Amino acid sequence: MQRSFERPQTLEQAIGLLEKHGDAARPLAGGTDLLVQMRAGLLRPAVLVDLKGIEELMSLELGADEVVIGAAHSTASLRENADLVALFPGLLEAAELIGSEQIQGRASLGGNLCNGSPAADTGPALAVVQAVCEIAGPNGRRTLPVAEFLTGPGATALGVGEILVSLRISRPPARAADAYLRFIPRTEMDIAVVGAGAWVRLEADGSCAEARLSLGAVGPTVLPVALDALVGGPIDDAALATAGEAASAAARPIDDKRGTIAYRRQVSGVLARRALRIAADRAAQRS
Amino acid sequence: MAEDRKYRWVGTRPIRHDGVDKVTGRANYGADFALPGMLWGKILRSPHAHARILRIDTSRAEAMEGVKAVATAADLPEQRPGGATDLSNNILARDKVLYHGHAVAAVAAITAEIAAQALDEIEIEYEALAPVLSLDAALADDAPILDTARRARGMDDTGPTNIAARVDFSRGEPDQAFASCDVVLERSYETQTVHQGYIEPHACVADTKADGLVEIWCSTQGTFTVRSLTADVLGLDKSRVKVTPSEIGGGFGGKTTVYLEPVAALLSRQSGRPVKMVMSRDEVFRATGPAAASRIELKVGATQQGQLVAATARLWMEAGAFPGSPVQAAAMTILAPYKLDHLFIEGFDVVVTKPKVAAYRAPGAPQAAFAMESLLDELAQQLKIDPIDLRLANAVAAGDQLPYGPRYKTIGMKETLEAARDHPHYSAPLGENQGRGIALGFWFNNGLNSSAEVYLTEDGTAVVVTGNPDIGGSRASMAILCAEELGIDVMKVRPIVADTETAGYTDVTGGSRVTFATGWAVVNACRVIIEDLRRRAAQIWECDLEQVAFDDGRCLPVEGSGLSHDPLSVAEIARKMGSTGGPINGQAQLSARGAGPGFATHLCDVEVDPETGHVDVIRYTAIQDAGRAIHPAYVEGQMQGGAVQGIGWALNEEYLFDDEGRMENASFLDYRMPVASDLPMIDTVIVEVPNPIHPYGVRGVGETPIVPPLAAVANAVKHASGVRMQSLPISPPRLLAALQEQAAE
Ligand SMILES: Cc1cc2nc3c(=O)[nH]c(=O)nc-3n(C[C@H](O)[C@H](O)[C@H](O)COP(=O)(O)OP(=O)(O)OC[C@H]3O[C@@H](n4cnc5c(N)ncnc54)[C@H](O)[C@@H]3O)c2cc1C
Repeated sequence: MQRSFERPQTLEQAIGLLEKHGDAARPLAGGTDLLVQMRAGLLRPAVLVDLKGIEELMSLELGADEVVIGAAHSTASLRENADLVALFPGLLEAAELIGSEQIQGRASLGGNLCNGSPAADTGPALAVVQAVCEIAGPNGRRTLPVAEFLTGPGATALGVGEILVSLRISRPPARAADAYLRFIPRTEMDIAVVGAGAWVRLEADGSCAEARLSLGAVGPTVLPVALDALVGGPIDDAALATAGEAASAAARPIDDKRGTIAYRRQVSGVLARRALRIAADRAAQRS
Repeated sequence: MAEDRKYRWVGTRPIRHDGVDKVTGRANYGADFALPGMLWGKILRSPHAHARILRIDTSRAEAMEGVKAVATAADLPEQRPGGATDLSNNILARDKVLYHGHAVAAVAAITAEIAAQALDEIEIEYEALAPVLSLDAALADDAPILDTARRARGMDDTGPTNIAARVDFSRGEPDQAFASCDVVLERSYETQTVHQGYIEPHACVADTKADGLVEIWCSTQGTFTVRSLTADVLGLDKSRVKVTPSEIGGGFGGKTTVYLEPVAALLSRQSGRPVKMVMSRDEVFRATGPAAASRIELKVGATQQGQLVAATARLWMEAGAFPGSPVQAAAMTILAPYKLDHLFIEGFDVVVTKPKVAAYRAPGAPQAAFAMESLLDELAQQLKIDPIDLRLANAVAAGDQLPYGPRYKTIGMKETLEAARDHPHYSAPLGENQGRGIALGFWFNNGLNSSAEVYLTEDGTAVVVTGNPDIGGSRASMAILCAEELGIDVMKVRPIVADTETAGYTDVTGGSRVTFATGWAVVNACRVIIEDLRRRAAQIWECDLEQVAFDDGRCLPVEGSGLSHDPLSVAEIARKMGSTGGPINGQAQLSARGAGPGFATHLCDVEVDPETGHVDVIRYTAIQDAGRAIHPAYVEGQMQGGAVQGIGWALNEEYLFDDEGRMENASFLDYRMPVASDLPMIDTVIVEVPNPIHPYGVRGVGETPIVPPLAAVANAVKHASGVRMQSLPISPPRLLAALQEQAAE
């Protein structure tokens, strides 16, 4: 099979290439998922369409209302933006967990999402900050919430020729913050056994105004956990215990080499509690 | 006899002679070698864990453009009885495949890609058989038998069985002695299949010349072993095979056999071109030597005062597809450190449909020590005796007899225990959810055969040639020993690792033997040179040999000889080489006996997350008797490396197989070896109780440090969480389940 490598400079060119070659073509961002899969013989795309020549995918804008992160922007360079880290510490925690220093020089949020792994670290973190996916394709542009973008293991809402251009996230309101925790048996070089993204907004009196929780690696895609019970009350041990139980109940894990069903359920609750606690503490700091 | 004298180089830490090449990326490892016209070889591996091979059709692969050779077991000579049958069947399966990943055929092509495509074109018809994936499955009455012709060695005819061998050792009357004990503990322990995890995959280039001579370049712990095994598999005289070692990126025992080399040589013979083969990490996991999974049933009886009285142990170890688990070594070591008047030990070597095990640092001893040291910890707790005191009270010393017969000479067991007891680590306070474990380790160490040549250059520097691939800094140790003997600067010694036709016969870099045995040969070769230097000084001074002494790099008149010459340095005599009799070389060879056993005591602190079962090792101290540390930094490196591998074995490492016997975690992502950020600095304390037989008191140090950590970690987890884990690994899901079981009780 003849392999070719294309590096379009515009979105239109990239979309054109993807449309033309259909299944035989694959977009390439950092390649830290794609190249590994190719080497393992799981994928043999004839045409690689490198997206890193397209400005919009490489950009990072911290606007007055909204932050826009180019889908192919490397996580290493996101981490270096102190303003971004201050705005979304949880999202950056998730991004920082991806691979080593070298991997982060290549890895992107777009790649992490488009790869569609149920265990991807930024999925839950992006879901709780209600990130919106900006998509461009042969039929123009559209947007989708992250939770709808991810549709199942290895699957996304992208159609033929479509590209994830950027992630748009509203600036957090007052007294609101995010957090992300994952559990792995080691400290590095591992795939989440459970991931938990949390987001909390507090009232001026410290009670809970809004709380969001999303779990990774314990379902076919990112799992939202309803936390209505927390609203109006203090975020204390009892509230966190309730949240933990809700998380364990919501988890729909499988048994595999990385963890058992029972274990993942249990740890979902533990991480939910811990992540919510961190998010609440951060939110309190932002009064 | 170890000499008590002040050393100039021994015990110092010069930079390693091969260091610059390594840190600048210039050193050549197995996969770096290439020859003009070279082909790429690849291996087709079995998709079944257990199957009969009914038919192999390689015709489509052979017809492919760019494919130059295709080989199967049919191209290898039949082995005579007692020959290298198992080895031959392991590198290319003959009638049956015995594990998922077992090599079945090989291809050489002009590119690696074509070779890989050609593998897809080889057609093999299998008759799948039931896999045998555990000791229980292998020993069941209706177990599928891997080799129906095999009978268990050391047992009355059992008929077809998966037990390949049985060993036993006994002393006294343990069953009667148990009756007199105040306390008897009987426990069962299990460990899983783990891999050595060397970073460098197996790699070689083989070139079979038109006259049938085979030249091999490869990454190995033993060039002479590769020569011998390759010759055996191919039915050649050993002198027809030459092996040149590359630098080696880890082996830990796993590179003491062959997988690729005979196959590459065969493909080279068929194609008439050199053939290169490099394993992927996946292949390394699936098809190269892991360490044996084990089950040990252990019973120990003691008095209320903590004196051990009797013990019995039954051990089963998985050999993988072919016989040869380290169960005998496990049986020999399990009770070796303790005085026991009554004991009985029985071990079984069991075949299963997993890759054939290979040596892994102190083969068999870590599993054995996990059992014994866990049980002693429990005994100490029950008797309310400090665990170090309990071990000291029962420690063997010079004159005590080993379970398998011989008596100990001078050993450093008590010294390592005392150093542990007196170390600040042992009394440091612990926090919530933290616990401390201690465990002891014993390993025989080995001597075996070594050769060394030392060539003096005209300017008084020296070249040291040995045949041991340098896996842990041994070049530096050879250079230090040479510098110490000849009294020259250590950086003026050039230590060389040579091929099988340049170095004299030398056994494998393994058994913790290189600094001990090959170092001893270097010392002896230097002493040949010293004799020659004295002879030349006598010639120059026109006196008798007896009137010339050698000290600190100089020949000088013996005191009271009446002579008053200025001393002659090594360099001065070397400069006069030509006029005093020609080149000055020393050569020595020996079969080194008396490798003093190694003992180590490890202290481990862990913190357990009670909600997730995660174990964090927060402090670790490894204490070991090195006899004499020639290069302390590399002794410490061995202690640290062994400790880390043992921690991995204890916490997260294990082969996972699906029901069909396919390995599910054949990558460093899912085979969870510890990474640097998982570990604290491993502190080390070198204890020196010189080995009386060695000229510098050296004992082997490379293997002992992997013996204690399994139990040290498990004991620490017990004291941190209340749960005693008798089955490894102590991975988070397993520990959390055990914690919950404990809470429910
Ligand atoms: C050593 C190592 C460690 C890792 N650790 C982690 C970890 O801890 N957590 C984790 O979540 N992941 C981890 N990963 C996986 C990987 O690094 C991440 O998923 C990363 O974010 C992928 O980004 P990328 O830019 O490299 O994607 P690529 O590999 O370039 O692409 C991934 C997939 O998405 C598609 N794609 C990429 N960009 C777009 C786009 N803009 N539009 C449409 N399709 C697109 C590609 O075609 C491909 O199918 C690790 C990988 C390695 C090699």
